Amino acid sequence: MGDFSAETISHIDRKYIQDLLAKGERVDGRAFDEYRDVSIEIDVVAAKSEGSAIARIGDTRVIAGVKVLVGEPYPDTPDEGVTMITAEMAPIASPLFEVGPPKEDAIELARVVDRGVRESESVDVKGLVIEPGKKVYMVFCDLYTLEYDGNLIDACSLAANAALLSTKFEEMKLEDDELVPTGRQLEIPMQNLAVEVTVSKIGDYLVVDPVLKEEMVQDCRLTMAVDLNDHFTAMQKGGGTGPIPMSKVEEAMDLALEKAKDLRRLVFEATGRRVG
Amino acid sequence: MSPETKPDFLISPEGLRIDGRRPDELRPIELEVGVLKTADGSAMIKQGKTHIIAAVYGPRELHPRHLTLNDKAYLRCVYRMATFSVPDRKRPAPSRREREISMVIANALEPALFLEDFPRTVVDVFIQVIQADGGTRCAAINAASLALADAGIPMRSLVPAVAVGKADGVLIVDLGDMEDKYGQGDVPMAILPSTGEITLLQQDGSFTKEELLEAMQMGMNACKYIHELQKDALKRAYLRRTPEKGADDEEYEDDLETDLGESALPGEDDE
Amino acid sequence: MVPGQLLAEGRYRASGGTYSQDGRIYSSLVGLAELRGNTVKVVPLEGVYIPREGDLVIGTILVVAGNNWKVDIGGPYQASLHANNALRRPYHEDISRYMDMGDVIAAEVIAFDRNVGPFLSMKGRGLRKLTDGMILEVSPAKIPRIIGRRGSMISMIKSRLRIQTIVGQNGRIWIKAPDTPTLRLAVKAFRMIEEQAHTTKLTDRVGQMIDEELEKIRAAQSPASDVEAASEENEANEDNKEDMSE
Repeated sequence: MGDFSAETISHIDRKYIQDLLAKGERVDGRAFDEYRDVSIEIDVVAAKSEGSAIARIGDTRVIAGVKVLVGEPYPDTPDEGVTMITAEMAPIASPLFEVGPPKEDAIELARVVDRGVRESESVDVKGLVIEPGKKVYMVFCDLYTLEYDGNLIDACSLAANAALLSTKFEEMKLEDDELVPTGRQLEIPMQNLAVEVTVSKIGDYLVVDPVLKEEMVQDCRLTMAVDLNDHFTAMQKGGGTGPIPMSKVEEAMDLALEKAKDLRRLVFEATGRRVG
Repeated sequence: MSPETKPDFLISPEGLRIDGRRPDELRPIELEVGVLKTADGSAMIKQGKTHIIAAVYGPRELHPRHLTLNDKAYLRCVYRMATFSVPDRKRPAPSRREREISMVIANALEPALFLEDFPRTVVDVFIQVIQADGGTRCAAINAASLALADAGIPMRSLVPAVAVGKADGVLIVDLGDMEDKYGQGDVPMAILPSTGEITLLQQDGSFTKEELLEAMQMGMNACKYIHELQKDALKRAYLRRTPEKGADDEEYEDDLETDLGESALPGEDDE
Repeated sequence: MVPGQLLAEGRYRASGGTYSQDGRIYSSLVGLAELRGNTVKVVPLEGVYIPREGDLVIGTILVVAGNNWKVDIGGPYQASLHANNALRRPYHEDISRYMDMGDVIAAEVIAFDRNVGPFLSMKGRGLRKLTDGMILEVSPAKIPRIIGRRGSMISMIKSRLRIQTIVGQNGRIWIKAPDTPTLRLAVKAFRMIEEQAHTTKLTDRVGQMIDEELEKIRAAQSPASDVEAASEENEANEDNKEDMSE
């Protein structure tokens, strides 16, 4: 996920990966536009959270948990609920993650995943209001890394979307200024779904869903969030300081449009709920 | 989301607890070793609805350097609860409670480890609470012991732990969340099964001396049972990696001949 | 064996992977117990790499510090290689000219104790900077099995696949193969040994797997080259007779 190009990767590893790419191959035998095995499981923290999901891409695994609380709306948006996505690069997942407060790469992860969901307006925040100006639902989606072998962003995007889609929470209403449950279970109102696709640039080649070894030799990576209408709603270049030419950006965008379809389908299948 | 309501009683007229258990009954425990690929060692525990993953890295190089110890490995334990592990979302940043529990867990595990074998290194134990329903620090120790063994850290023994307590005047074993919150006392404890020595002991609430000693004895017995479950989980994980019955070790390259020289090093045989 | 399990009582010696208390010997690791004479030992099934003098290791140079290179050999201890143990004198004072960050070396551990080191040397047969090929990382605990009794396993793999390899005790294996399918097959063989390290007749099963896979590779390449392949094999066997002494 982060910029690990500073980690010492041996010349042999670097050359091995580059030689393979020149022959049209990748370290794990995948095609350049192929994702590893992706699986999504929902309701993994059923007793205490309103929604949850574990997403696995190859040997990268993350868990997302959703809590729906009641609170006050932001003063400038009294008729909107609140959503917030956080992500933690927990040291449990990799020897490369340090103990301590989040560094820039962890902050980047959280913000990129959050933007993917927010900019696409996937969550219909107007549908999260109990009483305008007074009480709204606050949807928190928090992500934790469990295992890291490259491409945390996409895994987090899948887990977050699946958790949000499958969340069920208690409906509340205001009765004489007191919050009272109505007894109904609600789903989070969703009007869009944006999945993130990360493409890594290594020399002249673009590979989708980089594995850790590839991330360590990449020049940079481009993450793109694509929504139901094939619109790009968020982009982030990161994972290294190498520049990328326009032509490659366009190539990456085409890759993203194509792969987003499969990823979206997986989310819908795992949650049994479709959007749009 | 909806406010939790305090139960009317914790012990029913029939003497059963709110989840139907007898006072000395443990919740169902599920243990699995080797659940994470990246970590050197790992284990997962489900104790009732408490669900925790423990991961161990080490021994490995220690950063920051100034924490390095010259005569043994530094044991670092980080206990974290996921925001969604409790009904009222927990704030993401580490709380003072989490930091205290991290230290208490490290103290509970350290006596069991041969940290002297790896000076100038760190053994990292990471506890991630996925779902919290009472007894998390004890469940964490149960899982962390297994993760340490899975990582190949030399240990005197595994460390079993359990929280005992009191509810409605009755001494109980393995407190659930409600019993912890609304009961009359909570005594988390951990032991070294080989010697019966206690490595974790905390207490809150109110007990007479007799009550406390009796509760602790119940805890000892529960720990011994949990120890059997732990050993079993380890053996299961390694079952497929052990040789078949009657295997000759002819094929297995060993340097035992050269190793015999190793055991002549002074002090190695003394423990 | 699991930690805390009783191994022996009475007049036995405790060796690696065990500890003694009150005249009894217990296991301190998850592993297999072994008894030789009156010495009890537990061989771990997993564990990080702890250096021993005489070990052949494969390392990556991390940084140049004066006349030393700091080398990553895996495990919790970073190694040091002094220029005097790698270069012939006189040498240039800027030793990064010879080897620099990212270079991979085959070296020997010449000193290590709990307080200092490990220290490496590249003066010895076969010790050199490695280029090309690929580095495979396996669990260090499985290396003895990968080498096999008196080198039987690794020799079998080398000659059947016609590859060059150097096996580091630190769980790193350098592999150089003539083509990608052969390289992937070598990796598959090593992973198979890693997974089944404590089973019997492993050498035979690995050999069989290799033969089957080689058949598939040859069939995929071209049936007409069978005659070529046979004569190539004879040549290669000649080469390998020298190679095996590595």
